[in-house]
Amino acid sequence: MILLNQVWTILWKDIRTELRSKQMIAGMGLFALLVLVIFNFAFDLRVDNKAAVAPGALWVAFVFASFLGLGRTIAAEREKGSFDRLLLCPVDRKAIYLAKLLGNVLFIGVVEIVALPVFAILFNVPFAAGALIPIVLLGTVGIASVGTLFSAMAAATRARELLLPLLVFPLIVPIVIASVRATGALMVVTANEPPWLGLIAAFDAIFLSLSTVLFEYVIEE
Amino acid sequence: MALANKETSVAQPTGTSTRPAPARLPLVSLILGALTTVGMAITLWMAFFYAPTDAVQGEPQRIFYVHVPVSWIGMLAFVVMALAGIVYLKTKDERWDWLARASAELGTLFITLALITGSIWGRTTWGTWWTWDARLTTTLILWFVYVGYLMLRSSMGRTHASARAGAVMSIICVIDVPIIYESVNWWRTLHPVAEVGVAGSLPNSVVLTLMISLTVFTLLYAVLMIQVYQFQRVQTLAQRLRVGLED
Repeated sequence: MILLNQVWTILWKDIRTELRSKQMIAGMGLFALLVLVIFNFAFDLRVDNKAAVAPGALWVAFVFASFLGLGRTIAAEREKGSFDRLLLCPVDRKAIYLAKLLGNVLFIGVVEIVALPVFAILFNVPFAAGALIPIVLLGTVGIASVGTLFSAMAAATRARELLLPLLVFPLIVPIVIASVRATGALMVVTANEPPWLGLIAAFDAIFLSLSTVLFEYVIEE
Repeated sequence: MALANKETSVAQPTGTSTRPAPARLPLVSLILGALTTVGMAITLWMAFFYAPTDAVQGEPQRIFYVHVPVSWIGMLAFVVMALAGIVYLKTKDERWDWLARASAELGTLFITLALITGSIWGRTTWGTWWTWDARLTTTLILWFVYVGYLMLRSSMGRTHASARAGAVMSIICVIDVPIIYESVNWWRTLHPVAEVGVAGSLPNSVVLTLMISLTVFTLLYAVLMIQVYQFQRVQTLAQRLRVGLED
């Protein structure tokens, strides 16, 4: 209960900070939309290749936009000098990680909610919202769980904007493959698809628990 | 030297390990080195003259006696790195970090060789330099992870924070790599499966050559590890001395 309370307090602080500036969400959202537009130019979309290209474009937009937010998680705190104060607070290190993770999932989630209808219109695909929600949610948790941990690591370096994607992209390959495939399976029904959603769920469970335990080593001063 | 200053100012000597030890006679190193040199000559002879020519693939198949061992070392080095990382997080002894870093540098070298030799073999047998098969893709991702690790470490310098970040990264990755393999495997696969151990599938001479080759390459890894570990140690000590002079 104490942990939940601590998580909520830190999370609420981040939400209020974001609500005041709205800088990150606006930036991420616009970026995601721009990626979708660029994809429309990059691939000559026709009826026959739409099902193959559209899920990939959607997830590339999501992943790229997530990185903009993930990179700011700890870096923004360090710039303002508030990170040391956060560490001085008598809170569990796990609470800091979980709060930052939930904050990232929330902000990325908002961006995704905005980007999805636009994606459906621009790519002219019927998107089954109900079936897409678990895929997007689990995929986002997976990206954010590894991303939050590594953003704390990268924030301590001089080249954090450069380093974060280099470190996280290779690790989230399973999430990207599984999410793209699962989204694609919604558009074109294919037989004998492996249990993609199960793979994402397993990935999430493993890396959530692992990152929660390892986070304290990353931020220790 | 602002860079060196930043890199070492945080790292404080921990325990006795940081005291510059007098250079001992590198007896183990010499013996291992001699064994490796002789073994490598034997391996080369066996790979080119003793092992029979493959009926289907012909001469190019012989690259297999290099490709399999270097791939094995590429993966072994990563496991060593992660184990050293776990011990480092437990003990805070920086010698384990030198070990992890040495293993990362060697692992990068071996995994690069594995990619190159595999690509050459693929060109002659599959007719293509590269396919998005599970093993190839996973090896390529492992290469990216190695390079990312080295970049992270070099940008954080020789601090305790850097060592902890490296340890955490290697632990995360060593668990992620099998999942990556599985996910790409579901996606598509083409790589030949291991045929060693299945009765009657390979002639004994091939198995023997491969086993000797694996042993010799593992010895080579051990020899190089000793050298790179010493190199890491000396580098750390040198940077610490430099900072000490500037203060």
